[in-house]
Parts: sequence; structure tokens; C-alpha cells
Amino acid sequence: MTSTYALRDSTTMLRRDLRHLQRYPGLSLFPILTPVILLLVFVYVFGGTLGDGITIGGGRGAYVDFLTPGMLVLTVVGAAQITAISVAKDMTEGIIARFKTMRIWRPAVLAGHVFSSLILTLISLAVTIAVALLIGYHSAAGPLRWLAAVGVLVLLAVALIWLSVALGLVAKSVETASNLPMFLILLPFLSSAFVPVASMPAGLRWFAENQPFTPITNAVRSLFADQHVGSAGVKAIVWCLAITAASYLWASYLYNRRPVR
Amino acid sequence: MTDPSSPVITAVDVHMSFGDNVVLDGLELTVEQGSVFALLGPNGAGKTTMVRILATLLEADHGTIRVAGHDVVREADAVRAAIGVTGQFSAIDDLLTGRENLALMADLHHLPRVPSRARVDQLLERFELADAANRIAMTYSGGMRRRLDLAMTLIGAPQVIFLDEPTTGLDPRSRRTVWEIVESLVGDGTTVFLTTQYLEEADRLADRVAILDQGRLVAEGSAQELKRRIPGGRIDLHFADTDAQLVAADALGMPVPDHDSPSLQIPTDGNVATLRRALRDLDEARVDVVDLAIHTPDLDDVFFALTGRDARAAEWRTGEELYR
Repeated sequence: MTSTYALRDSTTMLRRDLRHLQRYPGLSLFPILTPVILLLVFVYVFGGTLGDGITIGGGRGAYVDFLTPGMLVLTVVGAAQITAISVAKDMTEGIIARFKTMRIWRPAVLAGHVFSSLILTLISLAVTIAVALLIGYHSAAGPLRWLAAVGVLVLLAVALIWLSVALGLVAKSVETASNLPMFLILLPFLSSAFVPVASMPAGLRWFAENQPFTPITNAVRSLFADQHVGSAGVKAIVWCLAITAASYLWASYLYNRRPVR
Repeated sequence: MTDPSSPVITAVDVHMSFGDNVVLDGLELTVEQGSVFALLGPNGAGKTTMVRILATLLEADHGTIRVAGHDVVREADAVRAAIGVTGQFSAIDDLLTGRENLALMADLHHLPRVPSRARVDQLLERFELADAANRIAMTYSGGMRRRLDLAMTLIGAPQVIFLDEPTTGLDPRSRRTVWEIVESLVGDGTTVFLTTQYLEEADRLADRVAILDQGRLVAEGSAQELKRRIPGGRIDLHFADTDAQLVAADALGMPVPDHDSPSLQIPTDGNVATLRRALRDLDEARVDVVDLAIHTPDLDDVFFALTGRDARAAEWRTGEELYR
């Protein structure tokens, strides 16, 4: 049985994918630098005004505290997009067929992508948190709550990475694969990540309240702020697990389907 | 383990369609262990599809196929453990170095680390890639990529190797290198199954050649056997002028052809006696032969005789992809 090679083959594939990230900095630096730039732009350009809308007279300082959890959610989304590109790139090249003619644990190819993306996500999150702390972000939470907040972000990362794997498999080309997950980047902007949903017009507000990124952002924000999490926590976890399960099944189907030609 | 006297590949009644397009239509073939088997065919004949089925990349609609003693569908993993595949399009990792590509293959073959590193070095040396071993494969030339691809196929010491158009797009020197590699494999007892668009390649490398046309084998045998099955051998004689041509035709007891060039064509099965007798007759008639050429039938002639189509003029299936 090839399943006895599951760990070994997945590790081999992970090494390969990490080396790709290292050799292709254009791809791996993008999800690390973009959230940092957005964080700086939002805090220093819009933050003075936006902060006053969150707490009266709160200014830039209030906005850093409000925005950072939302920006961490966006960081996770950005890193997951790279997965779709690397999976699609792999699938358009001959080497994947070589893997399929070898006696290896088949899912190892996808496992390698999932774990390397997860590592890239964790690096991006660490960099974003470090910059946020440098520009004045303050978290009232203790280590356990920090761990819980990071836990929610990792759950979201796993969900979005699997979704990206499926999108990378369904895309016929690398170009399509880089465009398909674009809608994901938009969703945090239409949630509570950047501004409170209460400030939105009725229709948009309804959408924001019922899409996954609002409870996920709220859960992370409450954990970091050491506040009561409420129903957002359960909703966040259910959304993440549901997206993971559906995406995993979709990706497995796509990966194992019979070639059409 | 396979019995050395038994065939290493058997395919019985293989059918394959993609939608309405029938690609394989009751194909049967047998390949003996340690031999080189070449599958030839024109555009759309189904060569690559057959390789993909044998290599467990694709499941046939119908048919019984065994490779290295195992069923390609029910025991796919056992088949995979015994085979190596090099497709028409390179299956190497562009972002890894040559050495890393080979090490990746060694890891995926679950070879013990220390001896596998030695084997990587040995293959880099054998395939003339030692100098480029630490450069990423993206910078390699076409010939180097193909050599790396072959080396990656060989690292697990496969029992059976599938090569789908292994020299397509290569310059003559690289093509010769690939040929030498294939020839050296046979010395090691490996079985090679290759498809090619170069009839010359099958002629040079293969013990047995099968010609695939419209999903069926239309002929199978050694290149020599196939050549014997068709006419086409002749001696071409060229003379200075039509006077000499007339005298020669008379001396040889042949009708004078009505074409303009002062030449004659004597049909022959290639034996020396015919040639000797012709030259003696011409000598006695005191005719000067300006130029003499012996044309032996090649696989192009075989292909034409069997399918009614000219292989050289046919649009060969160059766009066919193994990996899709």
C-alpha cells in the first residue's frame, strides 16, 4: 500500500514546494509585503479619519487596534491565492504525470502544496503582526487568547488553501488560476474587517453580516481585544470547517478525475 | 517477478474512445523482456494513448493489459513500481537544479539516502550533466532537458521503460546521444517500449516494430521482416545520354522507359548476384555508367505499402501530448 509512504512522500513534496517559494521570490514575497503596505496605507492615510468613526476622538490609534485583526484575515486570503497559482503551474507541467506514474502516495502532491502554503501564511502573519505592533497596535489578550486567535486564523488558512487548491485544479491555465481567487480578496472589504458593518447601507450590511468573513474577523478581533467572543466564534469555526470539507472533496474529485483526452 | 521467457507487456483487445473519436480499436500486442519495441503510426493513430494506458495514466474502455506481470488497472501500484516513463514533453522541475531533480526522484522511489546520492552522481556523469548539476533546469538546453528527463526515468532502475517520441525536437547530436542511451539500456536487460515519428529511429533501435493505423496494428515484425514483405528494392543506373541508355536497355533485356532522363531502374531484392550480372552485361556492351545507386526499401516504403499513405507526406502526430 502506498499509504505507508504518506508522511515520507508528503515531506518530499513539501521540501520541493518550499524550494519553489525560495527560488521564485516574486511569488512568495507578494503575500508577505502586500498586507504590510495595505496596513501602512490604511493606518496612515485613512486611519486618522476612520479611527474617529470607530471611537469618538479615537483617531489613528483606535483604527490600528480595529484594523489589525481584519488585516490579518486579509493576509490569510492573500497567501492562499498563491496556492492556486502554484497548483495550476504544477498541473500544466509534465512532471505531474511523472508523479502519477510512480508508486507514491498520490495525495502527497496536494499535501505538499497545502503545507507549504500554510508555512507561507504563518510567515506572512508573523510579519504583519510585527509591523502592526511597531506602529502602535495594542492587544489586551493573554497568551491563551492569542493562541486561540491564531488558531482561528490557521483554520481559515486551511479552508482557503484547500479552496485555492481546487481553484488551481479547475483552472485551465496559470493566468486563470491567478484570477479565479480574486473574489476572495474582495470579500474582507465587504465585511467588518475595515469598517463596522453598522456604517454600511442596508443591503450591503445584510450581505456583510451573513458572509463568512464578518464572524471570522469579529472572532479574531474579540480574542485579541480580550472581549467576549459570543456566537461569532462558533460561526467562524463552522464556516471554516464547512469550506474546508467542501473544498477538500472538490479538490480530490478534480485531482482524481479521468482525463478527458 | 517476471519469468524471463514470458512477455513483459501483453495487451489483449484494447478499445479506447474519447467521445465519438475511436482511438484504439481492438489493439493487441506483446513485448518480450529485454527487447526494444517500437510503435509507429501517423497522426491520430493512438500511439500516445496506448503509452498512457500502459503507464497507468489512463484507463482503457475495454481490454486486458499486463505490464511486468501485473494488471495495469487492478494492480496499478505494482506496475508503477516496475516502470519508468519519459514523455514527449519534458517532465522535469524547472525550478530545481539537475541534481535536485534526480534527488527528488530518488526520494519518491523511497531509496535509502546514502546510496541514492551516489546513484544521482553516477547518472549525472553518465548523462553528461555533471557540469550543470547545480544549475536550475530552466537554464538547460533542449538536449540537456531530455537527458535529465531520461536520467530521472532511470533512477529507480525500472524493468520497463516507456519513451514517447524521445527524440522529437532534438538536434542530430542530441538524438544520437539518446539513441546510445537506449542501446545501453538494452544491454542491462531493460525492456524499452518507444513511439516515434522517425522511421529511421525505429529501424535503428527496435527489435520489433509495430505499425499502428486507425487504432489497430497493421503490421508487426522486425524491421528486416517488414522490409521483406514489400517490394521497392532497385538499382538506379544513370547514363551520359539516351544513346547509352538504349544500348544498356538492350544489353539488360529491358524495355526502354519513356521518361526523359537517361536512366534505368532494375528491380532487385537486394542480392549481390543481380548487381554483378547487371554490371557484367553492361561491361560487355561497353556502356559507361555515370552513376549507380542501390535503393533498399526502408520503413517509409513499408508504411506506404501497408496503409496506402505516404508516411513522409503524412502529417505526423507532433502535437500529440502524453501529459495532459
